[in-house]
Amino acid sequence: MTPALAAYNIVKSFGQVRALRGASFEAYPGEVTALVGDNGAGKSTLIKVLSGALIADEGEVRVGGEAVHLTGPQDAKARGIETVYQDLALAPDLDAAANVFLGRELRRLRFLHDHAEMRRRTATAFADLGVGLVQDMRQPVAAFSGGQKQSVAIARAAMWASNVIVMDEPTAALGVIQTEKVLELVARIRDRGVAVVFISHNLPQVLDVADRIEVLRLGARVARFRRGESDVDRLIAAISGAYTNEEAQK
Amino acid sequence: MTRAKEILRTPTMVTFGALLLIIAAFSIMAPGLFNTPGNFLQLAQNVAILTVVSVGTTFVIITAGVDLSIPSGIVLGEVFAVHALEMVGGLDTQPGEVHIGYVFAALGGAILAGLSIGAINGIVVAYMKVPPLLATLGTLGAGLGVALILQNGVNTSTYALDPIGHGSWIAGVPNLIPIALIIVVAGYVLLHMAVFGRHTFAIGSNPEAARRVGINVERHLLKVYLIGGVTAGFAGFLSVAYFSTTSIGGHSTDNLQAVTAVALGGTSLFGGVGSIIGTLIGVWIPAVLKNGFVINGVQPYWQDVAVGLVLIVAVWLDQLRRRSRNRG
Repeated sequence: MTPALAAYNIVKSFGQVRALRGASFEAYPGEVTALVGDNGAGKSTLIKVLSGALIADEGEVRVGGEAVHLTGPQDAKARGIETVYQDLALAPDLDAAANVFLGRELRRLRFLHDHAEMRRRTATAFADLGVGLVQDMRQPVAAFSGGQKQSVAIARAAMWASNVIVMDEPTAALGVIQTEKVLELVARIRDRGVAVVFISHNLPQVLDVADRIEVLRLGARVARFRRGESDVDRLIAAISGAYTNEEAQK
Repeated sequence: MTRAKEILRTPTMVTFGALLLIIAAFSIMAPGLFNTPGNFLQLAQNVAILTVVSVGTTFVIITAGVDLSIPSGIVLGEVFAVHALEMVGGLDTQPGEVHIGYVFAALGGAILAGLSIGAINGIVVAYMKVPPLLATLGTLGAGLGVALILQNGVNTSTYALDPIGHGSWIAGVPNLIPIALIIVVAGYVLLHMAVFGRHTFAIGSNPEAARRVGINVERHLLKVYLIGGVTAGFAGFLSVAYFSTTSIGGHSTDNLQAVTAVALGGTSLFGGVGSIIGTLIGVWIPAVLKNGFVINGVQPYWQDVAVGLVLIVAVWLDQLRRRSRNRG
């Protein structure tokens, strides 16, 4: 199977700091791929390269098997890659539909927005994704709980992501029940055939949700596991450098 | 939350309630004097020019900005209008003469002045990242200085714009009223129904979110300050039309009046929230207070006291609402 999104031998330096030293990564359609690693392993930098926010110094990014040069986040979006950042990037004073369609508003007469239709489509999409909002669709998202905001941000990405959806620690700030809901949402998005990339520090959660786990250490991939091939101890070993199953990288 | 409670929580409805209360009180205190169609038409004419600039200011404040340069926009609008009239030889038009070409020349001059000051504000705020308060404070002083230089410090009078300022296209309704109404409707459509307005709210609410979805935040802010400038320039045109003269010393508090009206109407100075209808109500409250005090023989200066208090309460309510929301 061809990876929906892949990166090979990515090098990225910030001044003297080499954040990525020949990192590789693959995410397949219909699978949740978790990206794990210690702080400073280069996860965020890699995510930014994959979502077009950073341009790699060396290496190759492939979308659906085709080598591409992502010029920016808009370019990545145009290729069906959506990213959910940790800070969610929602406009708190706008309602869910306005946030979902922000920058891609449905129009009437070219310059007016068609809010009724946007709200309808948002409601349908949320229902399909199983995102139940307690609040009225008219409420600004500021009135939502943390988990609901996270769900809005993920559902927005899911509505537009035809290929890949990248999530940076989607459950880091959530309580137990909210985390459960968000993970259900992640699984549902995966089942629609989209490749889901997921950064997390919560290893039991990663083992539970991910179909594949890729371990990053010191700017390079050191291990990868299929579902069931690993456990918490082995993941910790890989993260800390005591275990590798990846051929030595340059 | 019930629907009624929700409505009460929106600042616009609170201010609208306050306006109705004030009108009701004055109507009881001075029946047959205050609550007459004639008085309301007079009021509407009095607030027309402020309404026009306040519509522009609403856009600016929703982006979490502010435009203190309104007086210079208005005065430069006046000055450019009379200079344009001078260029086309229309300055000495006699009362009663109607030359539509002169009117358009003056309008063009006023709009040019507004675009200029709006462009400077927009470039300085959006691209040079100077805080709007100081950027527009700078263009306030500079613009008024330029106006005084161009006029050598004296006003110019003209009757060329009488057809705009003193006619009644609709029987019994002074022209300034329908003109202001057109601006209000245009502002409403642009802010609440157009994609442009949606992006304006988004930028005021979270500029980073707007940027991430591909909105060109800087260019949008420039356009918003252009709207602020153009409404001020247009207000200058209306001012010359109404008073038949420039008034280079006469608009110095128009910026504060506009900000007051916008804030009274429930538009948040922190951005992301606001409405044109609210601004319309906010323009009326000070005007109705002043008018009612005069009619009831109260010293009109009480209007300033009352408006100050109402403003503080309105902004305080907005703060309470934000705080309770952010807690939730």
